Amino acid sequence: MTSTQISNRRWSGYLQLLLARLRELVREPEVIFWVFGFPILLALGLGLAFRNKPADVTSVAIVDGTQAHRILDMLQSSPQHAFRTAILSRDAALNEFRLGKYDLVIEPGSTDALEYRYDPARPESILSRALVNDALQSSAGRTDPLAAKAVVSSEPGSRYIDFLIPGLLGMNIMNAAMWGIGFAIVDMRQRKLLKRFVGTPMRRSDFLLALASSRLVLMLIEVGLLLGFGALFFHMRVQGSLAAIVLTGTIGAISFGAIGLLTASRAQKIESASGLINLVMMPMWIFSGVFFSYQRFPAVIQPFIKALPLTALNDALRATILEGAPLFAHPTRILVMLVWGVSSFLLALRLFRWS
Amino acid sequence: MMGISLQETRLSEKLTVRETLVLFASFYRHPLPVETVLEQLQLTEKTNSWVGKLSGGQRQRLAVATALVGSPKILFLDEPTTGLDPQSRRQLWDIIRQFQKSGGTVLLTTHYMDEAERLCDRLAIVDHGQIIAEGTPADLIDRLGGHHMVEFEINHSAPLDRWRSLPGVEAVRHEDGLVALTVREPHLTIPALLDAVSQQRSELLHLSTRQASLEDVFVNLTGRHLREA
Repeated sequence: MTSTQISNRRWSGYLQLLLARLRELVREPEVIFWVFGFPILLALGLGLAFRNKPADVTSVAIVDGTQAHRILDMLQSSPQHAFRTAILSRDAALNEFRLGKYDLVIEPGSTDALEYRYDPARPESILSRALVNDALQSSAGRTDPLAAKAVVSSEPGSRYIDFLIPGLLGMNIMNAAMWGIGFAIVDMRQRKLLKRFVGTPMRRSDFLLALASSRLVLMLIEVGLLLGFGALFFHMRVQGSLAAIVLTGTIGAISFGAIGLLTASRAQKIESASGLINLVMMPMWIFSGVFFSYQRFPAVIQPFIKALPLTALNDALRATILEGAPLFAHPTRILVMLVWGVSSFLLALRLFRWS
Repeated sequence: MMGISLQETRLSEKLTVRETLVLFASFYRHPLPVETVLEQLQLTEKTNSWVGKLSGGQRQRLAVATALVGSPKILFLDEPTTGLDPQSRRQLWDIIRQFQKSGGTVLLTTHYMDEAERLCDRLAIVDHGQIIAEGTPADLIDRLGGHHMVEFEINHSAPLDRWRSLPGVEAVRHEDGLVALTVREPHLTIPALLDAVSQQRSELLHLSTRQASLEDVFVNLTGRHLREA
């Protein structure tokens, strides 16, 4: 038909597959929200909810009586602690204590006796009792046998938001890789597009490679966005080098991409694939220390928790971002991710169906 | 090299027509220029439209385009015109004929006998996974024994055997309340039929004749209509 012949190079198929994938992602507004918007909203919400406020001022109700004003003076003149205090009738005091407005009720008895009414189920109530007692006893003349000095420590790097952002990053790398690879493959299989692709001379390895690299491109943007957001909005200090962070994220993404490939190797329908992907991810959302430290789980299951790929990724990200650990400082974590990735990939190769 | 277009494939909706073709072209060592294929399949106007916005006919043409862009010698088309309006069907037929004229071979599956009759040099009728007849369309129609169909309806019913004995009749069957006769020489059969009808004091409600088609071949061979298949 035409005299000029077009010749494609080795990587043109891969390149076009990657371009097509990225175009499809960018043209899907939901994807943009879930990949970029959602983690930032989550970080913003949780970061604000659990921000480090100055310690709450203890509020104390004193039951009206002859001694009430003496106790009020003693509390207010305490050099160590600040209290919010009020003198109320017994009924009003108990009622507002019950509603949580006051942490403690002091009921003065005769000259040198008092009664603390507190709720051992409320940490602030226990704290309040200790503080109030401390203030009253010293004011009444108690001398402490030990000279103790307290130093205040509240530095960036040890706050909840610092813990949270690397965890969100890890979780998002997992979500994006599992959905991005697993869901995309099942969707294309259901649309018989995989079958159609295989009917061309397309290299199958190029197809998988393009799918994986499209996620890596997104991951790069996401790491930048989340860390930038943390640094700007919460003054988070990123200790590790960006290269180490990106490399850690890449290893995690590849590992989860392989797991995604495995979960999608047979499923014919989006519905069954969704269920499977959620089933795989659910334990890691809970156990892998995304929102809170996995140290809270019983010691017996700690080895299992540490064998999960998301635990390894989160720990590695936290060590890199918060402590500036270089990549070779945590070989076990890298190894855990690689073992999951490689074994999933090998298994997926055996199970995978193109049609 | 073979190019394939499968009826069941759904191409990505958020890629444009050109992007889709460029993607498929990139899989081949020596593809045709995308512009040429777009022009051939009359998709030039839709170059930058998303696949999701295309009509059924345009989608089918794009599906064929993805097969043609690899510059194949053989084109495999799976029900290329199913669900298309008559205009779009004819457009696709033209494209397929063009490809045949330029020396290509087309392998095509279809439920439409008129499509098979127009496009195929050789065809095989498959029933329950078995090839039950094979040949050129003309051959297969010849094998019916007659080239004409006479269809009529009368206000009294009569046993089919009564019509079988009329001159020139090769086969008889009921079809949609009509009696259909496969006939070798209609000029002998029709006068005899009219006589027979008036003899039994029936009234003729409908009478028509037409050329036998592949559809008749199929019905004769399988004993049922395609739509019941």
